[in-house]
Formats: sequence, structure tokens, C-alpha cells
Amino acid sequence: MMDSIQKEMSRDRRAFIKKVLSGSIAGSLLLVIPAGAMDLAGIPEQLPGMRDETGAFISKKRKFTFIVDITLCIGCGSCCVADKNEYQVPDGMYRTWVERYVIDDEDDVYVDCPNGGLDGYQKPRTDIPHPVRDTFFVPKLCNMCEHPSCVQVCPVGATFQTEDGFVLIDAEHCVACGYCVQACPYSVRFINPQTKTADKCSWCYHRVRKGLLPACVNVCPTGARKFGDLNDKESEVYKILHQPHVVSVLKPGMGNKPSLHYVGLRREVV
Amino acid sequence: MSPEHGVAAVTALTNYVFPNDIHVHWSLMIVLYPYITGIVAGAFIVSSLYHVFHIESLKPVSRYALVFALAFVAFATAPLLNHLGHPERALNMMLTPSPTSAMAGFGYIYAAYTIVLILEILFIYRPTLVALKKTSTGFKQKLYAVLTIGSDNVSEKALALDHKVIAFLAAIGIPMACTLHGYVGFIFGGVKANPMWATPLMPVIFLLSASVSGIAGIILSYVLIKTFTGKFIDMDCIRTLIKFLWGCFILDFVFEMLELFSHAYMATHHWEALRELYFGPLYGTFWVAQVAVFSVIPFVGLGILSLVRLPDGVVKFFGSIMSFMILVQVLLMRWNVVIGGQLMSKSERGHTVFRPEWFEKEGIFVSIIIMLLPIIFLFILSKVFPFWLEDEGAAKEQSA
Repeated sequence: MMDSIQKEMSRDRRAFIKKVLSGSIAGSLLLVIPAGAMDLAGIPEQLPGMRDETGAFISKKRKFTFIVDITLCIGCGSCCVADKNEYQVPDGMYRTWVERYVIDDEDDVYVDCPNGGLDGYQKPRTDIPHPVRDTFFVPKLCNMCEHPSCVQVCPVGATFQTEDGFVLIDAEHCVACGYCVQACPYSVRFINPQTKTADKCSWCYHRVRKGLLPACVNVCPTGARKFGDLNDKESEVYKILHQPHVVSVLKPGMGNKPSLHYVGLRREVV
Repeated sequence: MSPEHGVAAVTALTNYVFPNDIHVHWSLMIVLYPYITGIVAGAFIVSSLYHVFHIESLKPVSRYALVFALAFVAFATAPLLNHLGHPERALNMMLTPSPTSAMAGFGYIYAAYTIVLILEILFIYRPTLVALKKTSTGFKQKLYAVLTIGSDNVSEKALALDHKVIAFLAAIGIPMACTLHGYVGFIFGGVKANPMWATPLMPVIFLLSASVSGIAGIILSYVLIKTFTGKFIDMDCIRTLIKFLWGCFILDFVFEMLELFSHAYMATHHWEALRELYFGPLYGTFWVAQVAVFSVIPFVGLGILSLVRLPDGVVKFFGSIMSFMILVQVLLMRWNVVIGGQLMSKSERGHTVFRPEWFEKEGIFVSIIIMLLPIIFLFILSKVFPFWLEDEGAAKEQSA
């Protein structure tokens, strides 16, 4: 009896994820495919106050923050697909990825992330030896630390911090020594084999400057990924961080002060 | 990975590595880099023991140790340049350095140290070079003219001044050699994200292992060169070097073990991952090779050679064997720190694997070539800078 209910549930879940996945992939492709100069005036502003009526960037003091609500993430992998399309990320390297956590009755924690979650978690794990107590997904990306280790260790200053809190890489100056890869506590960096320079998630700086949301936020079907300006008191991110939510950051003991926050972060997550 | 049943499968399943941690970024080249700079620093210390601390029995190798250091320092950056994704931008580290980077200082420290080393060699060899300039012809004469920087003055007054300069250079050379290698340790020790590296003991261990690799390199190469050229081996010098090697290795080995013991005793949340590493993928290269074979045996062997009066032949033979083992120990230590530290994922839930290929950009074959280059260069240097003082005596007699 129980078995058949579980089968039914997993089939429904699978079908649902498939639908969401195909829908969001199609949606994200539509957004990222248009080539040539973007006519910004015709595209609605997703981040308010970033551009004037001509589409030009308005310079203003901002403090961007990224929030991942792990209670909303369904592990569909749309964000990873959007990211790979946006940046042509080489196979085996990940600017963002989604981890699947499974906790069994014995409190053993099983984590996996096949292909960085790019294919979506379409099948439940069948290899857990004990009954499963809990399961959830954790999207990972650059933490855009206030005190970034990567910026500290870069010997040539190719990795730098912008005034509005982005940590970016100047590919024309990076020597690819790999020190930043070692120094990042969150392992978000890699050496891109095509450019032979360090690479990582940039929170889609090029899109944000045009008033658009990061590609992964844009495609997330459940709103698990949120992005906005903390100096804008009307923004969703401001409200979440200033209301009594369970909000935390990864590895707080590192002292890096990430600007990436997690709602409902579990103690099992590293 | 196909799921299996049973305990083994469960262990494998919990082995979660962050997707970007599967690839080991710092390869064999970064193993060789501290190995070569360590040998340089250690060899310089041998020379300084005579020039600054007046350990007279080390006089026979005092000049040779400097040339030996020069041969290796010339190729210290070779593995780094081969590793960089954009080696053409390497000099930017010196031209536009980022002051907060622990790595940005390397170019300056390395360059300053190399200059001091070259100056010291030129001053120590000056009377020899002047004499050689007079006896040689053609290209060699021109070369010696450059190396003597145009000064043929070997009067007592000039040599006394040289001596002062040498003492000064050797004196500032010691803290510089220590800085060079302590600093290399700090490049690793300053990476807080890696619990295996992030220990204030890292510069100490690197410096001590540098000293032992340099001394061992001098002993082994001295015995080999002298044996193959059929020349006299100064046993007093060898015995003194063995004692220094043993002394430094006691400190080195004890600190290496203390570092691990501290991790285990403090047992922070990192220890679980570190223990998995040391007793997992590093078991063979760390416990078996580095500790049991290449540390314990030389530790006992060097102790016996230092404390028991043994025949010259035995000291010569086993001293060389022990030195060779120490050189392997230090290479293993570099491997276990550099590669080992990267095997552990920052997920602290698992580890990756690293198998160097023979023929790839940073593979085993290239590594062997890079390690052979200093030896070839040392041979070329021997044609310009006579290593041994007694050869010079013989040459003088011949010319007279």
C-alpha cells in the first residue's frame, strides 16, 4: 500500500519536474538566445532604478545581495542550464551547481551532485540503506564575500571587488596561477581551459548593470533564487533579511562575510 | 558510479566532493617548486655555516654549496612558468603586484636572493677568476673578464675588503634564504580555506625540510662527484655535514609529526576530513613512504653515523644512502602537502584522486626534465667555477 503511494508520488513528482524543466529551459533559451545589440528600452527593467529612459546605466550606491531559499528549491537544474548557456561553461567546470542532500533515519547525510545538477534531479536516490528522514536541494554559487580570500591572494590584482559588492575577474590580467582557486573556501572557482584564466560565477554582472536579473534567478521556476539591492527597502531581499526568517551564510567561521544568504539553511550543509 | 549495496557502497556514497574540487589544480609543478627552492635555501645555509659561523670543517664544500645553490635557483621558476596559464604575464607579479597577496612577494624575494647569491659567488671566486682569466684564452678569457667585472686587483688590501663584503653578503644571505623558504611555506600556510595547509607551523616545516634537503643534496653530490672524478673526499667535512643533517632532520621530523598530532589532538571539525585523508588516499605516500621508510630509517641511520665512530668507507656509503633517502623524504613531504592538501574537498565530505600522467604539460616526464636541468647547469658551472679548493692548488702548482 505504502509502496504504491510512494510510487505514485514519485511519478507525479517526476512528471512535474520534467514539465518545469522543459518550460524553464525553453524560457531561459528565449532570454539568452537573442543575439546582437539589445534594445534595452523595450525590455522591462527587472531591477528597479538601474537605467534611465535611454537604457543607460545610472550610477548609484548599491549593495547587491543574493538569497537562496532552500525550502523552495526543487532541484530542477534550470539555473544550471541557464548559467551554462549564458557563459558557455566548459564541461566539468561549474559556476553554479545544485547539491542534493538526503538524511536517513540513522542521521547519516548523503550528498550528491551528478554533473553539477545540470540534468535536474529527475529520479530519487534508491541507494540509501535506511529509511529517508529528510531531503532537500542546495544551490551553490559565488558567495561574493565582503572579505574575499580570492581578492586577497591574487598576486596581480586580476580578481577585484567592485564598489557595489561584486567580486570579478579581469581575464586580461589573470595569470592563472590558481591561488584564488585554492583560497576560495566555497570552491566556486576553476581555471577555464579555454581562456586559461580563473573563472567563476559573477552574479551576471553584465545583466545586472542593464537592470536585468542574473540568468539563474530569471529562470528559477519556484523563486528559490532571489537577487536585489539591499539599499532598496522595497526589494524582496531587503525584506527577507530584515524580517525574522531563518537566514544564514555558508562557513561563517571563515570570516569572509558572504553576501550570498540562505533561507532555511540546514546545519548539515557545508 | 553505479550504486552498490553494503558498507563499501555507503562509504563511497558519503564521499561528496565539490564539483570544482574533482580536478587538482596545483600539479606536479607546484610539488617541484618548493622542492627546488628548498634545496637552494639549504645549500646556502651549508655555505653560511662556514662563511658566517666559521665551521672550519665545512670549508671544502663552502664554495661548491653556493654554486650548487645557483644551479638550482636558476630553475626555481621553471615549474612555475610551466604551470601558469599565462606565463607571458608572469612579470606582472613584480610590475603590478597586489600588496595583499602572499604570492606577490615571491618575485622580489627570489630576485633579491638570487642577486645576493650571485654577488657572493663572484666575490668569493674573485681571486680564482682573476687567476683563471690570466691562464685562459679566447671565449673563456672574455667570460672571466666579465665575471671579474674588470678588476684584477688581488692585493692583500683588496682581498681583505672582499672578505668583509663576503661576510656581509653571507650574513644577509642567511635571513634571506630563511625568508625565501619560510615564505614558500607561508604561501601554503596562509590558505585558510585548506585545513591541512592553514597552520602557522607550515613555514617552520618548510624551512626545516629545506635545510635538510639542501644539506643532503650537498653530501650526495659531493660524494658522487668526488667518487666519479676519483678525487679526495674530505671525511671530516662529510662527518660534520652528517651531524648537521641529523640535527636539522630531528627538528624537521619532530615538527612534521607535531603538526599532525596538533590537528588530531585539537580534533576540530576539520580533523574528521584530515583523518580520512591521512588514513585514506595519503596512507601509502605519507605513513608508509614518508614516515616509515624515508623518515624513520634515515633518522636512525643518521643518528648512528653521527654518534658511532665508523670506518670512512661506511660513513661515505651510508651517508650518501641516507642523504638520498632524505631527498626522497622531502620530495614526498612536498607531494603529501601540495597534492594531499588538494585531494581533500572543501566540502569536507570526501576526497578526489590525482594520478599524474607521463606525457602531459605538467606530467612526470616534464618534471624529470626540470629536475635534470639544474644538474646539467651545475656541470656547465663547474667548467667556469672550479668547485674544489685543492684543484686550484694543483692548478697553481702546474702553472708555476
